[in-house]
Amino acid sequence: MPVVDNKRPVNLDIGTIKLPITSYVSILHRVSGVVLFFSVAIFLWMLESSLASEESFNQLAETFNNPICQFIIWGSLAALAYHAVAGIRHLIMDMGYGEDSFESGRNSARAAVVLALVVIALITWWIL
Amino acid sequence: MVTTVTSLGRSGLSDWMIQRVSAWIMTAYLVFIVGYFFANPNLDYAQWAELNSSLPMRMFSLVTMLSIAAHAWIGMWCVLTDYITVRLIGPKATAIRIFFQLAMIAITLLYVVWAIDILWGI
Repeated sequence: MPVVDNKRPVNLDIGTIKLPITSYVSILHRVSGVVLFFSVAIFLWMLESSLASEESFNQLAETFNNPICQFIIWGSLAALAYHAVAGIRHLIMDMGYGEDSFESGRNSARAAVVLALVVIALITWWIL
Repeated sequence: MVTTVTSLGRSGLSDWMIQRVSAWIMTAYLVFIVGYFFANPNLDYAQWAELNSSLPMRMFSLVTMLSIAAHAWIGMWCVLTDYITVRLIGPKATAIRIFFQLAMIAITLLYVVWAIDILWGI
């Protein structure tokens, strides 16, 4: 495989660049996506337990009372909520809404953060 | 840097499209399942098993699982090819990235098989 020996300097030290809210929304979308990659195992385990038999269904309901399990499930659902809200923002932009200026992008990024926090608060209230 | 060999659609445009279609399918499943839990707050095993063993629901769940697999493959590929690069972590980056990509693909396929096992084992 020919490797291009590229010695040109690159200034992409994220720490030296002041990022707008749209960048943080995007980075969090990535982070939540990576978290969700592993959460799929938790969701499949819950689906399996809920469907294998009536005993395992009832056992799963009891597991929901365990604080450690509650925290893990809360984390997975919070990641899902954020990722879904930020993703739906992209789907709305795909349809041609709010992608015409940086201003509208910044506003929809703020709206996504607020909406995600509301949904995560509802999830927290539902679990507790 | 050769990266397209491990992408799902072998082209950025194809990956972009698959990412959108799978996103819509997963959103539909999420809306349905959240709505179902709201409509049935005292869900019992018999009703839940009956729903999930019906053919339309099995198909919906399977298509959602396949969407998760494709979406995760594309998303994880983007993250791995952005951050595990020669510029960021040095000359061993390509070998490390290929290892993580193959592991990611293996886990994704395992999820699909597991989901089929769950859905058709009810």
